[in-house]
Amino acid sequence: MARAATTTDAFNAVAEPRRREILDALASGERPVNDLVRQLGLTQPQVSKHLRVLREVGAVEMREDGRRRLYRLNGPALKPVHDWIKEYEQTWSDRFDLMDAVLDELKDKEEGDGSHA
Amino acid sequence: MAVMPDRRATLTLPTDEQILITREFDAPRHLVYRALTEPELVKRWWHAKRGRVTVVEIDLRAGGAWRYVMVADDGMEVGFHGTYREIVPDERLVTVEVFEGLPEGVSEEDAATVNTATLIGDDERTTLTILVQAPSKIARDAIIDSGMELGLQDALDLLEETASSLA
Repeated sequence: MARAATTTDAFNAVAEPRRREILDALASGERPVNDLVRQLGLTQPQVSKHLRVLREVGAVEMREDGRRRLYRLNGPALKPVHDWIKEYEQTWSDRFDLMDAVLDELKDKEEGDGSHA
Repeated sequence: MAVMPDRRATLTLPTDEQILITREFDAPRHLVYRALTEPELVKRWWHAKRGRVTVVEIDLRAGGAWRYVMVADDGMEVGFHGTYREIVPDERLVTVEVFEGLPEGVSEEDAATVNTATLIGDDERTTLTILVQAPSKIARDAIIDSGMELGLQDALDLLEETASSLA
């Protein structure tokens, strides 16, 4: 399938959890850096650094509005990668949620037996 | 929401050849280890709510073979097999893993990953990490691509669920 232009660099850039938070925050629309700083509880240099990585792989775009820099998603470039990571992570989340139920049962059994391995 | 512990699995890509999954459990290590190594228990979680597990074979010794197969809700059969490379009970499992749906022309050696499951914790809580080490960046990309295809319907369903955040 044609996913040619979606580089692994973009994949790495998008996979970082904090950067995914930034992308999620930008999903609702264009935002200035300060907004992102407030919302994510990171420092401005941290946010700026993540934004720079995301810009380098074409995941976000920036324009200047007077003295402000506004960032927005470059959706088409990003979506396949973003979706795949979410999906892979969700598969494991679902497995682990099911494992929680198994573990609860094992814990109950051990307590019932009074045994400890 | 703020008081709930974050129980989501988190995924990162530490290097070009790796995928790392991390999750914390409210259970002691030896029980998490059992859930990872006893066939009847694996059957209950490995399907990830996407179908049913039809085969779980585990020969739990160094060099021993393993195989998991599931039939997804859409009827597609998905299988993985491999061997155990290193076993440290309650602490670490190193396995070799091969996807059974490799495209023609791709050898198992070129596509096999080495997966290291590490359990860290105490009598109450356990952090499980699974590090998937692909032989090359190309191989990892192949995993990503197969994931894209296998997971497409799920991705679409998920997309619907998360539409508000992606709108």
